[in-house]
Amino acid sequence: MEMLWFWLVAVMVAIYAVMDGFDFGAGTLHLFVAKTEDERREVLAAIGPWWDGNEVWLLAAGGSMFMAFPRLLASSFSGFYLALFLVIWCLALRGIGIEFRSHVRDGLWRAFWDGTFALASTLMPILLGAALGNVVRGVPMDGSGWFQLPLFTNFGVVNPVGLLDWYTVLMGVLVLATLAAHGGLFLVWKTAGAVQARARAAAQVLWLAVGILTVAATFATAFVNPAIPAHLPHAPLAWAGIALFLGGYAGVFLALRRERPFLALAGSSLFIVGILVATAASVWPVMLRSTLGPAFDLTAQNSCASAYGLKAGLKWWLVGFPLVVLYFSCLARVHRGKVVAPAEGEGY
Amino acid sequence: MGDLLFWHRLQFGFTSSFHYLFPQLTMGLALIILLFKTLALVKGEERYNDAARFWIRIFGLSFAVGVVTGIPLEFQFGTNWARFSRQTGGVIGQTLAMEGMFAFFLESTFLGLLVWGERRLGPRRHFLAALALFLGSWLSGYFIIATNAFMQHPVGYTVATDGTLQLASFWTFVLNPWAMVQYLHNMAGAAVTGAFCVAAVGAFWTLRGAHPVQGRLNLAMGVLVGLAASILVAFPTGDLQGKLVAKHQPVALAAMEGRWHSGPYAELSLMGQPNVEAGKLDNPVRLPGVLSFIAYGSFSSEVKGLNEFPRELWPTNIEFLYYAFHIMVGLGTLFLGLMGLSALLLPKGRLERTRPLLWVLMLAFPFPFIANTAGWVVTEFGRQPWLVYGLMKTAAGTSHLVHPGQTVFTTLGFAGLYFVLGLLFLFLVSREVNHGPVAHS
Repeated sequence: MEMLWFWLVAVMVAIYAVMDGFDFGAGTLHLFVAKTEDERREVLAAIGPWWDGNEVWLLAAGGSMFMAFPRLLASSFSGFYLALFLVIWCLALRGIGIEFRSHVRDGLWRAFWDGTFALASTLMPILLGAALGNVVRGVPMDGSGWFQLPLFTNFGVVNPVGLLDWYTVLMGVLVLATLAAHGGLFLVWKTAGAVQARARAAAQVLWLAVGILTVAATFATAFVNPAIPAHLPHAPLAWAGIALFLGGYAGVFLALRRERPFLALAGSSLFIVGILVATAASVWPVMLRSTLGPAFDLTAQNSCASAYGLKAGLKWWLVGFPLVVLYFSCLARVHRGKVVAPAEGEGY
Repeated sequence: MGDLLFWHRLQFGFTSSFHYLFPQLTMGLALIILLFKTLALVKGEERYNDAARFWIRIFGLSFAVGVVTGIPLEFQFGTNWARFSRQTGGVIGQTLAMEGMFAFFLESTFLGLLVWGERRLGPRRHFLAALALFLGSWLSGYFIIATNAFMQHPVGYTVATDGTLQLASFWTFVLNPWAMVQYLHNMAGAAVTGAFCVAAVGAFWTLRGAHPVQGRLNLAMGVLVGLAASILVAFPTGDLQGKLVAKHQPVALAAMEGRWHSGPYAELSLMGQPNVEAGKLDNPVRLPGVLSFIAYGSFSSEVKGLNEFPRELWPTNIEFLYYAFHIMVGLGTLFLGLMGLSALLLPKGRLERTRPLLWVLMLAFPFPFIANTAGWVVTEFGRQPWLVYGLMKTAAGTSHLVHPGQTVFTTLGFAGLYFVLGLLFLFLVSREVNHGPVAHS
């Protein structure tokens, strides 16, 4: 049962990364691909109906982690204290930026919120990447199951470690590049004209960078957490994940060349899902690694809730998940096709 | 350590109080938007759609601030109350996760459709989007209240061998009788807030002589919903809530009423100042027997005073609890009077011509926010010193390894950010109100 919940949480994290990923990426590229007021509104209209629902995946994944693995949530959230407040504040400024921008028809007002939105959308992937890096590298957690991390120490990956070191920053940059390209591909799919052309150019360059960064991050991961390559031969799902992300990576280039923007977006989505699946499968059952020794790791087995609770959770999850898929398909149906910049006073 | 507990509590208290200013408005408005959309569909008159469209814009603003101030609360379970989360996550994780799955997705996807899709959806499906939004926001309220109800009156759990609380019966936990009563009371309170805001905007436009049709419509809607909700918030929901507190948290009831001595024919204190050192209520104005009647249904029932309980079980801030309770009840009574009077004048357009009353209605909208906040202060301070009533003390629930300086930093960060958010929100809402309703092009 805890294995099932491990994967359900992983699936929700992956959906979150793909869904909120494209609106983060669109935000990172916002100032570069959209120059005029109409173009800016086109970008915002493309993500406008989506971003809020996408963000709920973070709460759904976090909530499920709370329910299924309370010990993990308690240790990691309090341990990553300051970093999480940076996440919260970025999310707040970003949401407010999108929602408040259109209400005042004034150049400076809108420029301010565009800038806030772009900045917060750029910081978020870096923070998420650094978080992933911390989970892979591990944290100084002892037998009590608690830890506290400073923001940074000496930027090295051996104790005493901080939230930011060369490895977690590398992961931050990788995620930033990946999501920026992913967001660019979303804009190629949803927009037309100048915005689409610029988004395509940006996505193409970024996708090359993603390739280089992924190679670097793979070697770095093997160095930082030797358990992962050691584990790999025994984790068939990890190989499936690797196949997914390699296929997704190549698929983006192929689809862009053949002018199939939706397939390109599907390619970058597969790439993201593949990386997360490969990571999850190769760390299983460890959910939070301790740098003080494997005896102190938080695993799916030692941090999960009671079997009854997990079973009850599964029952409502099986009802809720199809409903959510239904809502999102309604949304996709209503907002199918290219966006047109909305008239003043309507939408964003 | 004492410092750390203080800052954790201050941060959660501040961020949750600020946050709840917005959901009470969105939940109240969701109901009113649904009523306008229903009237539009049934009567086929465009003025109802115009009214709905205006309030959807205000809803959107309030919802946005509600979302971005709500996410920190979910995070703070882990960041600031880690030992509490480890101890109880096996139980309350259920409702918090369900809120995301069943309520937030519904709200956020259908708000997008409501704001963006009127033309694409057509009237009938646009109404359905309003219905989905209402269901989502009201469901979200239930999951949060059910979580809080577990902290007030834990049921459906078992203590595992490692000492953590684990779920024992899903339905007992989710259908906690405390949750049902608290939910109805809370939602009636949210409807009061929404209705007062609608009435205030109607009064403002009417006083100004702008948008006469919409002014009249909003006045009528605000006053009628406001009257119904003001009645429901007192009776039966407030009454039932009081009886539950009397039954399960008698020491909180004694503190709320500033009552030290036990006895039958207990007086209801209308006024007075609790004097904790002397153990009495100074300068009281009391109604004999009424407290006994409210709490237990008969004038002669015995109501326990604080002296009956060991001092370490007294709520930690009796004065605050007492005043918050009396502010809530006092304001609730005034709301009933104001909305009752306005409703009497509603027929034949007399309310529109009674300018002094319009002034009162226009200026009264902040008070439901105060009453709802005071109500939550009563709930949360009445629960002290417990975090989970009878099972876990508040001091035992903090993230003990977080340095107090970090919590001071984040608390101040929230104070600054929320100050700016509040200003922006007021600025944008007043622009919308000033601009008035827009007919669909």
